[in-house]
Amino acid sequence: MPRLERIGRKLRACAAALWCGLRALSGDDAYERYRAHHAAHHPREPLLSRHAFCREAMQRKWGGVSRCC
Amino acid sequence: MKKISGVLLAVVAAFAMGGLALHRHEPINALWIVTAAVCIYLLGYRFYAAWIATRVLRVDPSRATPAERLSNGRDFVPTHRAIVFGHHFAAIAGPGPLVGPTLAAQFGYLPGTLWILVGAVLGGCVQDMTILLLSVRRDGRSLGQMARDELGPLGGLAALIGTLLILIVLAAVLGLVVVNAMKHSPWATSTVAATIPVAILVGLYLRLWRPGRVLEGSVIGVVLVLLAVLVGGWLDQQPTVRAWFDYGPLPLAACVVVYAWVAAILPVWLLLAPRDYLSTFLKLGTVALLAIAIVLTHPQIKMPAVTQFIDGSGPLFGGKLFPFVFITIACGAISGFHALVSSGTTPKLITNEADVRLVGYGSMALESFVAIMAIIAATLLDPGVYFAINSGAGVVGSTPELAVHTISGWGFPVSVQQMQDLARAMGEQTLFARTGGAPSLAVGMASIFGSSFGKGLLALWYHFAIMFEVVFILTTLDAGTRVGRFILQDLLGQAWAPLGRTSWYPSVLFASTLLVAAWGYFLYVGVIDPNGGVNILWPLFGIANQMLAAIALSVATGIIIKSGRARYALVTLGPLAWLAIITTTAAWQKITSPDPHIGFLAGAGDLAAKLAAGALSAERAAVAPQLIFNQRLDAALTVLFTAILWLVILDMARVCVRRLRGLPLRLSSEAPYRESRLPGAVVMGN
Repeated sequence: MPRLERIGRKLRACAAALWCGLRALSGDDAYERYRAHHAAHHPREPLLSRHAFCREAMQRKWGGVSRCC
Repeated sequence: MKKISGVLLAVVAAFAMGGLALHRHEPINALWIVTAAVCIYLLGYRFYAAWIATRVLRVDPSRATPAERLSNGRDFVPTHRAIVFGHHFAAIAGPGPLVGPTLAAQFGYLPGTLWILVGAVLGGCVQDMTILLLSVRRDGRSLGQMARDELGPLGGLAALIGTLLILIVLAAVLGLVVVNAMKHSPWATSTVAATIPVAILVGLYLRLWRPGRVLEGSVIGVVLVLLAVLVGGWLDQQPTVRAWFDYGPLPLAACVVVYAWVAAILPVWLLLAPRDYLSTFLKLGTVALLAIAIVLTHPQIKMPAVTQFIDGSGPLFGGKLFPFVFITIACGAISGFHALVSSGTTPKLITNEADVRLVGYGSMALESFVAIMAIIAATLLDPGVYFAINSGAGVVGSTPELAVHTISGWGFPVSVQQMQDLARAMGEQTLFARTGGAPSLAVGMASIFGSSFGKGLLALWYHFAIMFEVVFILTTLDAGTRVGRFILQDLLGQAWAPLGRTSWYPSVLFASTLLVAAWGYFLYVGVIDPNGGVNILWPLFGIANQMLAAIALSVATGIIIKSGRARYALVTLGPLAWLAIITTTAAWQKITSPDPHIGFLAGAGDLAAKLAAGALSAERAAVAPQLIFNQRLDAALTVLFTAILWLVILDMARVCVRRLRGLPLRLSSEAPYRESRLPGAVVMGN
């Protein structure tokens, strides 16, 4: 049944996009993004560990105005 | 096609507004308000925002943004606009748009609703979008830096001091709202107390066991917090355990102050950051749930369109409709605080300049819609019930019988029995004099949720709503205290350099203590004030927030005129003029009004006279000297806010006059043009 299959594939793609969006929105994928950026632009420089990256990201986020009244 | 849908939107908006106008003397359905609001936001977004973006701001989609030029995979990251929209909305949405509209409902549902709609579409959304673009054009610089670069050092300093003061007043008033929501409510207190260990647990999880797995941590935290609401209900039934969480306002205020101080000096990962994840999840979830529930239940609005309190005699806060409705509702219509977020992390994520319309204008329109939902939740209550919950004992009388008598005398019938039944249904001892807006909003939300998702669970919904509001407020309190500490350290560092080092522990301790003590003082006075305290603090906060908005709009107007687009300056100059008028009028009345309910000095004088004549009860006489001093201090603060406001406006005017006369000026701090090399669309996620 090619039609059902097509719908199934579309649904799966939707769910995947939703999941990606949710991860991006919550910052869950921040380290993966950083690693991708690092590999593409500065492959020779040392890569921060997940632990170190998260520590730094948190300091940065709470170093300024990040929440409002 | 675009035109047809635009016309259709306009017709529906006109129809809904007409419905609002024609239903003046009969109960109206909340759906009229929702429909009118949504259509007006869409119209504003489609036409006004698009026009401003192309003509006034000259948004250029081909221009590389800082996220692209300075991309470092950390803070400068080109991000899909839907994600930036979510981030930005989560950052700007605070408790302000929930509390302000609830208080302003004392004027009736119409004035607040109209100001929220008009203020947002023509003012707040424009401010957020404009500041966002200006910051994008300047490598993501902050409002204070832009004020310094474009206007001069005076503007920069004014923005800094203005922000510090608003943070102090904000923390005090939010602390007061929390205290009033938890006083003598073991269920609420135990639930809120439980959120602290839950947040610490999530913090440890994200630090030690699964670094950066934000979704996992948040889901665990939210489940635990929801469990805490259930367990709180059970604890409330146990006489011994119940007593451990049953406190009056003063001990609770002390707890809030100590908690905030500890949170300020603890590392962020342990308490502040995980609490923020929880509150963001709860916030987005609850807002969505509320929108669905309002559409499903489409409740009737029971508050009249306009009440007699527009004459200035309102029980929640004194002052006439003009200018006080515009001061009371700041967040939701126009909020200066947003300018700080729009010039903070958000501009560093914008992939394409064209995204500022969705992110800046769109997020604020959604925030404004939250304010509309808050006003619906407040006005669907019986007006008598609304006033009984929100009026301080000093205004309506300290016993239930007296309060009911006074409120019914205003033409809003309510009975002691009705209030007792309601309190029992909500799982509370009493709902009288729960000022601050949170309890009445929770009652409104509980009745909306209750009628769409299970009537028998009213008490559970009520405490869920209280927990949601308090978690949300405590996050703002913690984050605000932290930002205030940075500003204070920045200022102190100019006197003695080591105090300016944000990671030097003695300086952290000193600045945090100073800041918490400052707002703790206002919180303390608010708690001992028999009129509820919110009546004094909220207008002060409104004036401060509108002052900050005026500073932001001054910076925007200055830049627009400097860049030779003076004929479009009205776009920001219009809202600026309106803010200057309402803030100055409100400040003038708060200082000079002879009515002790409105004027700070008159209030202090009145109390001093009563104290001297021995007309006060022993209990009131004991706190009167502090209240008198506080009212005078509030008057001085109001003068300071107004002075800062006009200093910045005059500084902006000076810059504009020099530009129009062709005199030399500070150079524009805009980063030079570079063409974007990014493909038109960015792939979502990775």
